[in-house]
Amino acid sequence: MVEAKFQPGDRVKVMKAYPLGHIRTPYYIRGCSGVVERICGAFPNPEELAQMRSGLPAQPLYRVRFSQAEVWPDYRGGRGDTIDVEIFQHWLDKE
Amino acid sequence: MIERSHHDMGGLPAGKVERSEHDYADWERRVDALMVLLSGIKGAQKLLTVDELRKNIETIGPEAYDKMSYYERWVVSITQTMLQRGVITTEELARKMVEVKHRG
Repeated sequence: MVEAKFQPGDRVKVMKAYPLGHIRTPYYIRGCSGVVERICGAFPNPEELAQMRSGLPAQPLYRVRFSQAEVWPDYRGGRGDTIDVEIFQHWLDKE
Repeated sequence: MIERSHHDMGGLPAGKVERSEHDYADWERRVDALMVLLSGIKGAQKLLTVDELRKNIETIGPEAYDKMSYYERWVVSITQTMLQRGVITTEELARKMVEVKHRG
């Protein structure tokens, strides 16, 4: 298992990259910054599993909270609205 | 280079969400059962991961992706995965498809 680099409360930035293959990080959240809400555990890397490999060592998975207004430029809801997205550690950098 | 894959449509405008439940055809139920069995649930040999299923759904061309129903995408993806893993050969698949077609 890969050691968890982040803790709840840490600010993180999602990698803005567009590799080929099966990616669990949605397009709309790439490049956005948020705050780690919790560590969900560690799981075999789905990007590797999709290519018929083991996906090991397991990658930490985080629930990251983002401001809706920052994710969607035309967001018209409340200013305090947030969206949680589950993202694997290798897609995150410390901000 | 296309940055956004066709399936990755979060945030794009879309039609109304259809909330009513609908019944499944027999073939759709069979495709679902096939996926469960190939996933190695209940101790059988694991011949497919959900991630491979997703990868092979996501590589269906945009036009075909939009035309296909949910379980049509599944059956295409399961077949592609079995070919990639060498569980079946294209020749076996082709012969079987001809045989099924001639059942009438």
